[in-house]
Amino acid sequence: MTPLLSVENLKTYFRTYRGLVKAVDGVSFDINEKEIIGLVGESGCGKSVSMLSILQLISNPPGEIVSGRVMFDGQDLLQYKSKSDAMSAIRGAKIAMIFQEPMTSLNPVLTIGRQLTESLEIHLNMTPQTAQERAIELLRMIGIPDAHNRLDAYPHQFSGGMRQRVMIAIAISCNPKILIADEPTTAVDVTTQAQLLELMQDMVNRFDTSLVIVTHNLGVVARYAERIYVMYSGRIVESGLADDIFLNPRHPYTIGLLKCVPQLGETRQERKLVPIKGLPPNLINMPTNCAFLPRCDRARDICRQQLWPPLELVGGQHYVACFREIMEKP
Amino acid sequence: MTSYIIRRLSMGVVVIFIVTVMVFLFIRLLPGDPLTIYLNKTDMQQLTEEQLFELRVKFGLEKPLPMQYVDWIGGLFKGDMGQSVYYNIDVRLLMTERLPVTLYLGALAFVISGVLGISFGVICALKRGTWVDTLVTLLANIGITMPSFWVGIILIYLLSVKAGWLPVSGFISPFENFWESTRRIIMPVTCLALFPVASLTRLTRSSMLEVIQQDYIRTAWSKGLKERLIVSRHTIKNALIPVITVVGLQVAFIFGGSVLIESVFNINGIGRLATQAVQNQDYLVVQAVTLVIAIMVVLSNLIVDISYGWLDPRIRYD
Repeated sequence: MTPLLSVENLKTYFRTYRGLVKAVDGVSFDINEKEIIGLVGESGCGKSVSMLSILQLISNPPGEIVSGRVMFDGQDLLQYKSKSDAMSAIRGAKIAMIFQEPMTSLNPVLTIGRQLTESLEIHLNMTPQTAQERAIELLRMIGIPDAHNRLDAYPHQFSGGMRQRVMIAIAISCNPKILIADEPTTAVDVTTQAQLLELMQDMVNRFDTSLVIVTHNLGVVARYAERIYVMYSGRIVESGLADDIFLNPRHPYTIGLLKCVPQLGETRQERKLVPIKGLPPNLINMPTNCAFLPRCDRARDICRQQLWPPLELVGGQHYVACFREIMEKP
Repeated sequence: MTSYIIRRLSMGVVVIFIVTVMVFLFIRLLPGDPLTIYLNKTDMQQLTEEQLFELRVKFGLEKPLPMQYVDWIGGLFKGDMGQSVYYNIDVRLLMTERLPVTLYLGALAFVISGVLGISFGVICALKRGTWVDTLVTLLANIGITMPSFWVGIILIYLLSVKAGWLPVSGFISPFENFWESTRRIIMPVTCLALFPVASLTRLTRSSMLEVIQQDYIRTAWSKGLKERLIVSRHTIKNALIPVITVVGLQVAFIFGGSVLIESVFNINGIGRLATQAVQNQDYLVVQAVTLVIAIMVVLSNLIVDISYGWLDPRIRYD
């Protein structure tokens, strides 16, 4: 089965005054049909940038997609110009995106209705009348009461959670193949988080959409994702089915991440939460060997001598980029 | 909304009251009075004390200051602005003759500065970093730094004296001879609009650049909208919110500029009238001109504040 979307060796760099930032440095991953994928990593590891790169939403300057391919429907999306009509026909229609900040992601001077109907009019060629009806339907679907009257409301009259619901409605309105949710629940409170995630899951099931959840919250990923990619400083360090990652983590970073997550039913005496020592590396002037090395408690000599380890298959669909794993592979 | 407008208007009345009192007092702080200046200029010094007193009574100058002020305000409500000592006619006639000239030039300069300033700013922001942006931004920076009256003198020298393309000065009503009138107002309107165009260009440009970086513009891109729609529907309206404030301030600036420009180009509007009236200490004319300008500025500020609500739904009037 060929994947719906496949990113190959994507590199997105930012030219800053202090130097070249390799935000995404050779990332490859696949998205299959009707699949929920989790992309995990701490802040600044390049999760969002790699997602924005798929839709060429990186502002240039300072950012630039240096190399790589984004294969979708037999086409390399990176061959399109960022502002071209061909790219616009993909955005929102085939691949839609939800952003982190619901408070600032909607235009403050346009009504909710206008912001919902415009993509319907553009991608599905709906008349304003039918787009309006469809918008009301969408608002009902995402659980906005009194949808008919709320079309004329402005974003500031909605709460953060409701705005994120509207963002979800906009994103799924044109029935996209892939929905990318870039930390969709970071800025809302915990109860709303759960509701939003349930809503997204419900929507992608209903519309047969693939969902990519970008997050630093392993709990979110554990509950919803079928496959997981773990990113560290611009690269994928481990990937596999959710069970592989949670039950049999192989990369020291993944292991460290899981140690930071409390388990239900555990008492404080049984297990202390162990944070990963140190800070993620500065992305300017990165070392050429493993970026996790300074924080790694299982480092070997080979880690210091060799360049960054490649992703190696360690069984099933489970890949790890760590020399320890490669050397000790049975 | 209505109560907001009423509240703002009553505040405006207070502002106008203070302005009139201050002008009333300041013009009278100068040594001499309109009569002595008028008589000096017209070689009529040989009047007797009695005749002089009669004249003072005729123009109401013998009364105490508060009475003079009350008389003036009372007259205003009856549509009477008093009598000009220097021109020896009704101030109201003087104003109805001069005001349309200034309003005509000012309105043209205002519209031109709004249209050009905002479009230049938008174009610069969209073409950021290109030679178009660099050139227009450079011209805008030059535009704000050059005093308008100086530009006026340079223009007269270059376009009229040297090249002979345009008449040096003067004003003809557009209803009388549209072509000649237009030829004569090209330079003064350019001077009046120069600073407003330049400052609006700079402001619009920076405001546009700020809005372009906002999250909701990224959202608009992610929805697959074309650039044209993103600019026209999502960017400009947001970018204009701070610009509108400054558009309103231009009204005051253009009236202020007309005082200089009308003198440079010898145009008989209220700007030039104001300069002459101050020189002649023609009290009531100075007061009338100030009153009219104050009312215009107060009203334009009110219009600006109301138009915010039209641009930005988050603003409420209560």
